[in-house]
Amino acid sequence: MKILVCISKTPDTTTKIAFTEGNTKLDENGVQWIINPYDEWYSLVKAIELKEKDAAVTIHLITVGGADTEPIIRKALALGGDEAIRVNNNSNDSFVVAQEIAAIAKEGAYDLVLTGKETIDYNSASIGSMLCALLDQNFISAAVKLDINGNSLHVVREIDGGEETCELNLPAIISCQKGMAEQRIPNMRGIMAARTKPLKVTEASVSSATTHIKNFELPPAKSGVKLVDPANMDELVRLLKEEAKVI
Amino acid sequence: MVLIYIDQDQQEIKKASFEAISYGAALAKQLGTTAEALLLGTVKDNLTDLGKWGAIKVHQVNNTALNSFDAKINSTVIAEAAKMLGATVLIFAHNLNGRAVAPAVAVKLGAGIVTGACALPKTDAGFVVTKTVFSGKAFASIQIDTAVKVISINQNSFGAVMSDGNATVSDLALTVPASTLKITSVNKIEGEVPLTEASLVVSGGRGLKGPEHWGVLLDLAKALGASTACSRPVSDADWRPHHEHVGQTGIQIAPNLYIAIGISGAIQHLAGVNRSKTIVVINKDSEAPFFKAADYGVVGDAFEVVPALTAAILKSKSNA
Repeated sequence: MKILVCISKTPDTTTKIAFTEGNTKLDENGVQWIINPYDEWYSLVKAIELKEKDAAVTIHLITVGGADTEPIIRKALALGGDEAIRVNNNSNDSFVVAQEIAAIAKEGAYDLVLTGKETIDYNSASIGSMLCALLDQNFISAAVKLDINGNSLHVVREIDGGEETCELNLPAIISCQKGMAEQRIPNMRGIMAARTKPLKVTEASVSSATTHIKNFELPPAKSGVKLVDPANMDELVRLLKEEAKVI
Repeated sequence: MVLIYIDQDQQEIKKASFEAISYGAALAKQLGTTAEALLLGTVKDNLTDLGKWGAIKVHQVNNTALNSFDAKINSTVIAEAAKMLGATVLIFAHNLNGRAVAPAVAVKLGAGIVTGACALPKTDAGFVVTKTVFSGKAFASIQIDTAVKVISINQNSFGAVMSDGNATVSDLALTVPASTLKITSVNKIEGEVPLTEASLVVSGGRGLKGPEHWGVLLDLAKALGASTACSRPVSDADWRPHHEHVGQTGIQIAPNLYIAIGISGAIQHLAGVNRSKTIVVINKDSEAPFFKAADYGVVGDAFEVVPALTAAILKSKSNA
């Protein structure tokens, strides 16, 4: 079985977000870059678990981005995965990114494509669904559990207020979230091995974006917390009723 | 024409769809066109009532096979319907099913998409949609450059606006491809409003010291009619079920009121709740970072403050 795991580079969760160039670009000063947590903790580690159970599994990683994504890819390879592909396209339009991934996925005839349920930068949660249309394969979103038996998949996905279990066959696309696997830390052997694993770079093949970012904005600063005397909860109820108008 | 996708679950229309219709109706008015709804499958709800939220027509693909959700089939049928009806803008709720289908529909229509929109588009020059990015830490204004446009809206960001009106309902004859996935079971948490749909949420953290102390929180939730949530350490320690975990890696919510009890407010937790309209923080540590993100704060012992708040709410309700 061939698995393609989609990897995205995002700012660390605790990054203080600021913008430059007239609020059109993320200020990368002091930003620590990480593998998008949903890609790393859930989809990549899930793929590694599948390979540990079945040595015939091959894992390829794909990222769409510039050369500055390579440290992230190497880190992903240190966790696991046999080789990586970087498509040299800096677009932040999901449609463009999905088309680049779809081209690689078709060429490599993967049985299973795993993505995170969203990236923590643009929060678009779009790539898996777009691949569903581009590859014309089944797509299960926000999966919390995946078992594979030969050609058949048993997947549990989150629905509003509960969970749904479905059965389907390969090939398929699955977006992963908490529950799929547990976070791992790369070990020294993995880090050493990652240095020599193949990282293939292919040039961008898609250029026509369907959207573009005009500008960013930070939310208005909270006017400051209004402290209420713990002995006067009637006052808090009054504020929630009359000022905030939420109850 | 603005076409709004009606999401259903076990033949009931989801609450998020009413808000999507109201958003679509406001956008249609802004663009000088009509707002029409699209339902796949059959539901128990009275479809003419969708007029109350602003849809003038409901197009129904009356095929019971569509009552189970399949992202591939649903997106194919929605795209075909959009083409047949000549929709120029498609609106989805950014709930779990909306996220699964809207981007696929955009691909099939060659349309630009903005997911997680939090306001009506600006359409005076171009078509610019504002969405939350960096897990609620910022907003981005994104221009859609294609003729057909797709938007999914964050829940509780616009509000469902109810007025008078009846929608006309008509059948839309479309071929529905056969699904190749089988849904074998659905587990819903009985008797609870799904957290993502709740307008009032009471949430507890490690400050409550153990699962045996959750009674004060549950009493408050009951008095308010609120859903209950918790922080990650609480669900990791199995004090509360995993489906209650809100935060970066749990569920992201945007209720009207979020009351955090004994939660310090780590950035990962804030990422899941910072779109709430009003945040109340109850914590005995006045240095808890959560106070910086709160609208109202109470510095005090949860085991005294929370029962007092519950009593004050019950008193105010009995006076109303």
